[in-house]
Amino acid sequence: MADPVIDYVFRVGGEGGEGVISTGEMLTTALARAGFEIYTFRTYPAEIKGGHANFQVRAAGKLLLSYGDAVDVLLAFNQEAYDKHVQDVRPGGVIVYDADSFTPPASTGAVFYGVPLTSLATEKVGIKLTKNIVALGFLADFFAIPSEVFTELLKEKFGRKGEMVVQKNLTAFQVGVDCARQTKKQDQIKLGVGPRKTKELVLSGNESLALGAIAAGCRIYAGYPITPATDIMEFLARELPKLGGFVVQTEDEISAIGTVLGASFAGKKAMTATSGPGFSLMTEMLGLGVTAELPAVIIDVQRVGPSTGMPTKTEQGDLYHAVYSGHGACPRIVMALTSVEDSFYGIMRAFNLAEQFQVPVVVLSDASLGHRKATVPVPDMTRVPVIERRRPSAADLISYKRYRFTPDHVSPMSAPGMEGGGYVAEGLEHTETGYPAASDHQNHLRSTQKRYGKFPQVEVIANDLARTYGDPKPEIGIIGWGSTEGVIREAVEMAQAKGYSVGALHPKILYPQPLAKLKAFISGPKAIIIPEVNYTGQFATLLRKRFAYDFIQLNKCIGLPFTPKEIFDKIEEVAQHVRANTRAVAAKL
Amino acid sequence: MSGPTPELLPQSYKTDEHPIWCPGCGDFGVLDAVYKSLAGLQVQPKDLVVVSGIGCSGRTPGFVKSYGFHSLHGRVLPVALGVKLANPSLCVIGVGGDGDGFAIGGGHIPHAARRNPDMVYVIMDNSTYGLTKGQYSPTSPRGYQAGSTPYGNIEQPLNPLAMLIAYGATFVAQGYSGKPRELADVVTKAIEHKGFAFVNVISPCITFNNTYKVIPQKLKETPQDHDVTNRAKAFELALDTAHVQLGIFYQVSQPTFEEGAAEVIQKAQASGPPRLEEIFSEFS
Ligand SMILES: Cc1ncc(C[n+]2csc(CCOP(=O)(O)OP(=O)(O)O)c2C)c(N)n1
Repeated sequence: MADPVIDYVFRVGGEGGEGVISTGEMLTTALARAGFEIYTFRTYPAEIKGGHANFQVRAAGKLLLSYGDAVDVLLAFNQEAYDKHVQDVRPGGVIVYDADSFTPPASTGAVFYGVPLTSLATEKVGIKLTKNIVALGFLADFFAIPSEVFTELLKEKFGRKGEMVVQKNLTAFQVGVDCARQTKKQDQIKLGVGPRKTKELVLSGNESLALGAIAAGCRIYAGYPITPATDIMEFLARELPKLGGFVVQTEDEISAIGTVLGASFAGKKAMTATSGPGFSLMTEMLGLGVTAELPAVIIDVQRVGPSTGMPTKTEQGDLYHAVYSGHGACPRIVMALTSVEDSFYGIMRAFNLAEQFQVPVVVLSDASLGHRKATVPVPDMTRVPVIERRRPSAADLISYKRYRFTPDHVSPMSAPGMEGGGYVAEGLEHTETGYPAASDHQNHLRSTQKRYGKFPQVEVIANDLARTYGDPKPEIGIIGWGSTEGVIREAVEMAQAKGYSVGALHPKILYPQPLAKLKAFISGPKAIIIPEVNYTGQFATLLRKRFAYDFIQLNKCIGLPFTPKEIFDKIEEVAQHVRANTRAVAAKL
Repeated sequence: MSGPTPELLPQSYKTDEHPIWCPGCGDFGVLDAVYKSLAGLQVQPKDLVVVSGIGCSGRTPGFVKSYGFHSLHGRVLPVALGVKLANPSLCVIGVGGDGDGFAIGGGHIPHAARRNPDMVYVIMDNSTYGLTKGQYSPTSPRGYQAGSTPYGNIEQPLNPLAMLIAYGATFVAQGYSGKPRELADVVTKAIEHKGFAFVNVISPCITFNNTYKVIPQKLKETPQDHDVTNRAKAFELALDTAHVQLGIFYQVSQPTFEEGAAEVIQKAQASGPPRLEEIFSEFS
């Protein structure tokens, strides 16, 4: 049995479209099946073929919260992969490279294993393209990852392509194994079998989200392809029909959200997913959903903006847009997903909020979360009970008022087909019955109050959902949002281990804000850091408007997520100032 | 679709909301024709959804006793598609203006046509932007003088009928709001048509583009012996811009979007509807 403190980062780099990602994915699944927790990260080029791709998987004997810091094992298929990633390899780390492709300068303090991957694949298997399977064989044997897991995986993966293909890949794997056996080991890295015995799933954030949507009762999805959200549509196109649902690939994002609103009006739970540019196009319809009080879920898997920006890179840059986009007083709910596991439950909650309050819910994920894979416990569908919208009673339908002013500001909502429930879903300001009342000043005030009147109830839920961790009475506080939860948590643990008093708050509903939780949290620490993967500090800015507090921003804006160390370093820097009682300086950091 | 007694009359579909249109507006004729055909087909108000965009025509859902959706400028078709997809048993009628449909919403029409959902799309074509006070529209003639074209329109008008035939709509027809009885017949056939039925209605704007005098001189019934399945002949009629041809230009039968969706669902459920747990197992 392996040591539960095992914690290794593997990174595979090479030419895009040449199997780098599939190598990484197979390694990931194999490690998960071998009993390790895993956490992946991938960057890939915007080009379809060519360009540089890399895939990283961290495997450990304990729950993982981030993709880690330094690389333990780099598998470099070419010179470019080596050049790009060598500086991330920790001292004493391992570099396995294709000796047919290049020769690295052996001067970095790493341990090098040159394996002639291309010639082994060409000569011993007869198929050059199997070089990545040869590499897997090498890694498996060299680092003692159980071979059976890989061979099973190869059979599953290539089984559909016929026995021949399976055999060729098994041969390639064995060629790699044999090569490892002839190579003298000069490092200490050894995995064996991981400690986890219970079954877990290996899911990406997008897959987890899509599964959660199905569990929440979503049966219609309309969307337009855009990186990094597309795989949600492709996943649901395959799975929704099995449950009687359907996916439409619309002609654009305006149509996508229009279709969602139409479907919701007609009584179905519906969703769309997009990224920044598509979300921009949806803005006008978001307002329609708000004023017509239609439940809808809109996912924004954020990527780097503005405009088409950096399509395959990550950022938390759309928060302002999620909260403020649209003209007029336009209340919507904004949530952010925090982890692969949370993507499942988070999306269920998003549907619940949409249904319960009859309002569009914007859910922010991002490229790093949507595309990373992690081991997660098999979802427990009873954890978030599914909520349905309020339907009119027989009495409501006698003289039906769709937008009736009620004590809790939520009106019973009919659907076509219901006798007596006819009304017009209105984009114009309207009365309780749905009649346009575009000139009635007092009615506009009342209607606006109705739409915002739901917020205090949402705030109660927002407070419930906001999570705290670390020191309960910290000297240094951290407020994070979205996909940074794990990495912040890991940094907090690092800091606590070093004796710093650090605690964090991580709201899941960002708008309306969990004011009570925020207030209580903010009153404690001597300094508060807000780490965000964006340039200006969008959440920090929103919070400054509610709290006259000098938050310290930590912003990363290079299209990559934080590493734990980056956050830890900031904590340490701030802690030193706080200890020296120079909070004024700390606040300006 | 015949409903229970008491029988529905055209006025049964009237709401208490009085149309805000200018007296003499062509849209009254369209509304009357719609009432008539709904009564003729005994469409149950609870199963009817009228979806509109923005413009004078956009107010139509408020005037029809049914479910309605007054959406955004140009967005009739996406919303209507969502409604139909959610509940294929509904009778869905989309209404819009020529600006609504062909300018801002122009990108949706080809896709609605090729998807072929079972719905009706009525354009109230007054060749002007009525609600915003008479600017030129995509169907305004060259030389049309208005607020935004004080020296006359320099653009060529679109040909909605030719466009829809080209897009592959399975039902393409034209009516005139001044002939509500004939129009009602066309709308009835459009509702009965299984698939995407497009009806362009010449509906004069009495205030900004009063064509009541010129249109009647150009009216012409589509030939008695016109073969509606002949696409080339349908184009010929559509390209006859010297006249306003009234009637069905083109009608063919194609699978509808909902039928396609139902087939996909059937295919996906071939081995029985899976439980979510079974989908989970794909990821272990
Ligand atoms: C996005 C957007 N742009 C502009 C408008 C303003 N607007 C309202 S109606 C209209 C034109 C209406 O013309 P048409 O569709 O031909 O319909 P009609 O009023 O003639 O029936 C415009 C430009 C709007 N409501 N929304």
